[in-house]
This record gives sequence, structure tokens and C-alpha cells, in this order.
Amino acid sequence: MKEYLKNTWQALYTVIVGMKITLKHLFTPAVTIQYPDVKTPLPERVRNRLYVNIDDCIGCDQCSRACPVSCITIETVKALPGEDLGTTSNGKKKALWVTKFDIDFAKCCYCQLCVFPCPTECIYMTDVYEFSEYDRRNLVYHFSNLTEEEAAGKKANFEKFQAEKEAQKAATAKQKEDKNPS
Amino acid sequence: MALKTETMILNMGPQHPSTHGVLRLELELEGELIVDVKPHIGYLHRCFEKHAEAMTYPQVIPYTDRMDYLASMYNNFGYVLAVEKLLGIEVPERVEYIRVIMGELQRIASHLVAIGTYGLDIGAFTPFLYCFRDREKILNLFEITCGARLLYNYMWVGGLSHDIHPDFVRLTKDFIKEFRPTIKELNDLLSYNKIFIERTANIGILPLATAINYGVTGPSLRGSGLAFDLRKEEPYSIYDRFDFDVPVGQGLMGTVGDCWDRYYVRVLEMEQSLRIIEQAIDKIPDGDVHSAIPRRIKPPVGTVYQRVENPRGELGYFIISDGSTNPFRVKVRAPSFVNLEVLGELCKGHLVADVIAILGSIDIVLGEVDR
Amino acid sequence: MYQALYNLTSNTIISTLIVALVPLTLILLYALFAIWLERKVSAHMQDRLGPMRTGWHGWLQTIADMIKMIQKEDTIAADADKKLFNIAPVLVFAGSFAAFAAIPFSSAIIGSEIEVGLFYIIAISSLVVAGILMAGWSSNNKYSLLGAMRSAAQIVSYEIPTALVVLTMVMYTGTLSLDKISQQQTAYFWNWNLFGGPEFGLAKFILIPFMLVAFIIMFISTLAEVNRTPFDIPEAESELVAGYFTEYSGMKWGMFMLSEYANMFAVSSIVSILFLGGYQSPFGYLGNTLGIEWLVPIEQLFWFVSKTLFFVFVQMWLRWTLPRLRVDQLMTVCWKYLIPYAVANLIIVGIVTLL
Repeated sequence: MKEYLKNTWQALYTVIVGMKITLKHLFTPAVTIQYPDVKTPLPERVRNRLYVNIDDCIGCDQCSRACPVSCITIETVKALPGEDLGTTSNGKKKALWVTKFDIDFAKCCYCQLCVFPCPTECIYMTDVYEFSEYDRRNLVYHFSNLTEEEAAGKKANFEKFQAEKEAQKAATAKQKEDKNPS
Repeated sequence: MALKTETMILNMGPQHPSTHGVLRLELELEGELIVDVKPHIGYLHRCFEKHAEAMTYPQVIPYTDRMDYLASMYNNFGYVLAVEKLLGIEVPERVEYIRVIMGELQRIASHLVAIGTYGLDIGAFTPFLYCFRDREKILNLFEITCGARLLYNYMWVGGLSHDIHPDFVRLTKDFIKEFRPTIKELNDLLSYNKIFIERTANIGILPLATAINYGVTGPSLRGSGLAFDLRKEEPYSIYDRFDFDVPVGQGLMGTVGDCWDRYYVRVLEMEQSLRIIEQAIDKIPDGDVHSAIPRRIKPPVGTVYQRVENPRGELGYFIISDGSTNPFRVKVRAPSFVNLEVLGELCKGHLVADVIAILGSIDIVLGEVDR
Repeated sequence: MYQALYNLTSNTIISTLIVALVPLTLILLYALFAIWLERKVSAHMQDRLGPMRTGWHGWLQTIADMIKMIQKEDTIAADADKKLFNIAPVLVFAGSFAAFAAIPFSSAIIGSEIEVGLFYIIAISSLVVAGILMAGWSSNNKYSLLGAMRSAAQIVSYEIPTALVVLTMVMYTGTLSLDKISQQQTAYFWNWNLFGGPEFGLAKFILIPFMLVAFIIMFISTLAEVNRTPFDIPEAESELVAGYFTEYSGMKWGMFMLSEYANMFAVSSIVSILFLGGYQSPFGYLGNTLGIEWLVPIEQLFWFVSKTLFFVFVQMWLRWTLPRLRVDQLMTVCWKYLIPYAVANLIIVGIVTLL
């Protein structure tokens, strides 16, 4: 009987305690942020969409190798001897045409592993986080500043150069052969 | 004439509001009484262990984040400790302190989710949102530190990805001050509520012997009354320097090892984590968090097993190195996976509603169960 | 009200239609408001804001939802029993709507001035059980079935404490007519049944604690009858997904929702009639003081609606505070706690009234 009355009392009492708490919260200001209208300032280290400053990129492929999900695709073409690609902002000499620098943000896991190895600090994370798309193909971002024709041109140039070099090599080899026929 | 009766098979999940993800439970029911429970797992299998074999050691870290996504920091923690052990490197004091603080903050955040969703399972919606409100504060602390809110990739082999933010110490202290009263409020609102007690006390009693036989660890084991905490038993990092208690279930509202005990151990553990943070936060020594990070991680041939006390139990990493830059094998002893196995034992003879209560009290994360 | 309209129009059909349509419109309007209120109350209790983007503080949200629900495809599961499946929501709504016929909104606005109003309401609200069972059975879904079974058991059980408390009150007031019960507790709040009723004397003061007990039992059991937390196990989201209306979508689901809110209002109004004087003002009438007779019913309507909405608010408040009981504990609460208390209360109140 005592247990019975105790149970009744406890049930009512704890309910009232709970109700007091919720009533108190009814009059405390909400913590909700009215998202699209109000945006909280992001901290400086925030990790969102990657950005590549292609002018500084030397095409070393380190970011691509660091990526655990292989979302970065880089293709490079060696510059011809005569071509001067300039230097990066921290003084490194560029020797490669970056014909393709694609990041697939559908794959990216925002782990920031690609940012640290970059010797020229040209790949970094920005605070842009609103970039959803209806088509996932649009999530592949092309950072290379060469158009496709240009890239093809560079490639062709290099191949031509390569071929010429080969030809030259073959020619010199042949000459050598001709000189000392054994 | 006896009527022919049949038991009913009820599929709970993989899409069900309270299976905590994509667990499928095949319940055999006699009316509403449980005859048998068969958990079906694998709906969230992402081949973590196989993936890890194709990655370099640092590249595995983002993958560990995604196992127990409510305690990513701690997953990192265990993994980096294992690799450091394999490499035999010492990390600076500063790194150790920051790791402990982050780990304990993560423990609080994880327990908040566990407690909140447990309330949700029992039917109380409001505590859930109070818990998430407080968890958000912890996530903000993580965000100013490493820029991510859920999947941090913060702890690296030999160091940390970022040093703490200049404001971090102040904000953490503020958080501790704000958070203490909310634990009390949570207790008044949920833990000591008669209905909540009725729903959880004497339900799903896990005797200590059964718990040990099934290899249950973490709050679920401590709820059964054994003070087994790896931070005390086998102190890793610098946990031996801090003064904290290991709360155990005492059967305050029912029998030792019931759902309420398991739940309440988590509430008490949050308080202990706060104590650890308080002790550590003022003692963070100066130093460089990047100084011990090896340029190239290529451990010698060998194996290592490192276990840490994850918010859900014993998280163990077994790594075989073949001397290359990629691990030959990474095996994870996931606490959720091991703890889940005891579910069938606990549920028998209870009602459908109790399955939810028991499942919630074991506190599994399906990302870790399936990996 | 019917009589007045009949005198006005001298046409049975028109007056019946008006009598039926006025509460229906009121319920719809009230439901729109109550759903919004529920959202806002729950949100602010949880330190959130709730709907904010449709109109001022989201007051148009329910209307937007209504429009959405009407547009939704009316899906019926392939194995469902289509006839029963379609009838069920209508029946549930009809059951809760019919209860409004006997509720006196004010001394002038009452659908049907039947003498056995209380009896009628208790009877008609049981109709809901049939609808719920139909919904659960015809959905051909195990969750729905479990929900429906639970619901039937729950509502049937909780009728008993409700009936016992109603019996206590009927014994005390000596009438089954809701209008008369309201009239008895006239004008000032100390005349309310909760405070021992209109007759002064020793009995009044002895009765106060027992009336309080009766009030609490009544409130709890009506809460269970309308399937609100902590007694919402038929639709227990975390166990049974959505209980008996798991398979419903669109406007049919909307009808279940509507009937839930209508039921909340109905039971709240009964509690307020039985214990808090129904439409009677707690402080006397401005209309009587000023000598403006037509103001009195309007004042009464105001008091009735505010009292009832207060109880609706308390129901929401409880819902967002408490966890839910288990199905067997629900029965324990009913049979082991509420009924003994109600019986004891009945006997004591009976003896006190006799003396």
C-alpha cells in the first residue's frame, strides 16, 4: 500500500517537475538560426569547397596522390624548352602546363589532406558551402585555365617536339652508326 | 479444441524511426511478446577494412572518421595511437593534452546523442533537442579548431592537423560552465521521470557474466556493474595523469544492468569527462603540434594492436605492416558491433516496445557495426 | 440553437444544415490554429522557433500543409481492404465530430440540447475505436494492426475511469445535461465544481480535495482516450512507425489528424464543463453589469473557448514533456491506479453528498 501511494506520488511529482522545466524553456529565447536569412559567420579554418589557384599550380600531382578518395584528376604536359611559364607567387619555377585539373566534389570528403602537401599553397579550402546541383556532373569543377583546344594544342606541340626529338635522336644514332660501321 | 496459433514475423527496419540507422531486426512475436530477435546487419557496409589496404597510413584517417560518425575524434585517436606504436614515435606533450581534451569533448558529444536519442526512443522528444543544442556547442568548438563539424580528420600520426584556436581554451571553459546545469536539468526532465524509469528499469537486464561472455564493453558493461574502463585499466596517451571516477551501474531504480543503469552510466560519464577536461585545459604546455609528424610514414614490418575507450566501448585497431607505405591489413574491433550481439539475449520475453528501449540503451552506431 | 434557428427560418433542413455546418467550420478553423499552436508550443519548449517562413511566425503553415495534403496522391496499398480502408478515416472523424453536437459553447450556442449529453458523448466517442480498428485491419500492415489492437484496448479500458468520474459528477450535480451542469456553476469561480460546487457549506470544503482527485483522473483518462502522449502508444512513432495510420497518406491521413485535434478539443471541453464551469465566466458578466443582454453569450463563448484551449495547451505541454508508457504499463495505470482511485473517490463523494 505504501509502495502504491509512493508510486502515485512519484508519478505526479516527476511529471510536474518535468512540466516546470519545459515551461521555463517556453519562455527562453530559441537557439534556432534562421538559416537562409541569417548566416552565422564561419570560423577561419572552415573546410568547405576546395579552390585551386591555378596560376600558382606547378602540376606536381601531390594533392592528387594525398587524396584518399581520388577526386582530383591532374594532367600535365611538359613545357617546351623555349617556353617560359613564369614563376609561382612563392618563387617556384613552373615547368608543366596543367592541361587538366578537375576536382569532383561529389567524391570529395573534405578531409583537407590535399591542402597540406601543396608546395605552393595553391589548393586550399574556402568557405563556400552552398553549391548543390541538380546534376552531379556539374559538381566536377575544372580549374585548369587552358581551354580544351589550347590543352590539345600544348599536347600536340609537346608530342611534335617529342617526335622531333626522337627523330633527332634516331638520326644521331644513325649517324653514329654510319660513322663507325663495325 | 485448441486453436492453432502461429508466431508473427515483424520486420523492424532497415527503415524504421528508431533502429538508429539501417539495422534490420527480424522479430518473432507472440502477440507483442518477443520470441526471438535476429539482427541483420550490412546495410551500411562500406568496406573500410579493405579500403584501408589500398591507402597510405594518413589516408586511412578520414575513413576512420566515417565508422563511428558520432565519435570521429576518438576513432582518429585510436588509429593514430596504433600507428604511432607501430612507428615507435613519441608525440609532444601539447599534442597529448589536446588529444585528450578533444577525445573527452567527443565523448560528451557522443553521449549526448546517445541520451537524446534514447529519450526519443522512449517517446520524450524534448530532451533530444536539448541534448542536440548542447552537442552543437561542442561541434562549434571542433569547428573553430579544425574546420569540420562531424568528420574531423584532426588527429594525425605524430601530431594534429591544426593547433588549437587561440579562443579554444576560453570557449571550452565557457562551455563547461554552461553545460553543468543542463546535466541536472536533463536528469530532472528525463532520468528521474517516473514514466522513463518505468520504461527502462528492470528492462533488458544484462547480467555481468553474460556481458563478459559476449565481450560487451563500454557503458553497457559498466552498467552491469564492472568498473572496466581502458582509460584506467590500460592508460593510453596521458590518461594516467588525470583524476576521474569510473561510474558503474548500481541498480538505483531497479536491477543492476538494466536499461536505466546503462543509460545513467552515460549521464555520469559526461560529468567525469568534464572533470578530465577541466584538469587538462589549464595545463596545455606550449609546443608545436606538427613537430613530430613524420614526413613519410613507412613503419617497419610488424603488427600492432591498440585499444582505446571509445564512447561506446573498446575500440581496437589491429594493424599489420608489411613495411610499405600502405597497411597490409587494418582490422577494427568495433564496440558497437560486439555490443549489438547481446541484443537477442536481452530481448527475449520482452515486449516490442522494450526492443526499442534495449536497442537504444546499447547505443549502437550502424556506421561502426557495418564499417 | 436548433430551436432558435427553426423559429427564425421555419425550415428544418436549413436549420439542421446550419447547426451542423457551424461546428464543422469551427473545428476546421480550430484545427488549423491548434496544429500551428502545437508546432509553436513544441518548438519553443525545445528552444526552437518552429515554422517561421509562411506568414507572421508561420501562421499560414497549416494552410500550406492542407494544400499540400489535398494535392497528394491518394495511395492505397495493393493488399489493403479498399472499402474499409476508405471508410475508416471518415468514421474516425465522424465519431469525434459528432461529439460536438452536445457541447454547449455558450448558453445560446449548443447544437442539441439533449438531456443525456454526457452519456451521448461517452457513447459516441467509442465509435472512434471502430474506425481505428478498421484502419488498422484494412491496411494489412503488421504495424497498423498492432497499433489498432493497442488502441482498441486502450480506449476501451480508459472509458472506465472516465465513466466513473463522470458518474461521480453526475451524482453530485444530479443531471446528465452538459448545459445544466454548466448553468449550475454560474458566474463566479468559487462556484465551479472543482472548488466544491455552488452550494456553500461544510460539504463544499470537504469536497475540494476529492474534486481535485476526480479532476486529475478525468484529465489523465481523457488524455489516454485521445491517444496523446504519454498514452500515445497506438501511434508510438519509435515503435510502430505511425501505428494504425502508417499506410495512410494525403487527405485521409489529414482526417486522422483532424479528428485527433477535434478530439482534443472535445475532451478538453468536457473537462472544463464538468469541473471549471464550462462557459461560465469566473468573474461575473460584463453584459449583466452593463445591462447589455446580447453580450453575455459572447462572453460565455470567450470563456468556454479560453478554458478549453487552456486544456488543449496543457495536453500539448504534457506531450512535449513526457516519455510514453509501454502498452502493459498503460493498462496498469488504468486498472491498478486510476480505477481504484476513481471508485474510492466515487464512494467518498457519494457519502459526502448524501450527508
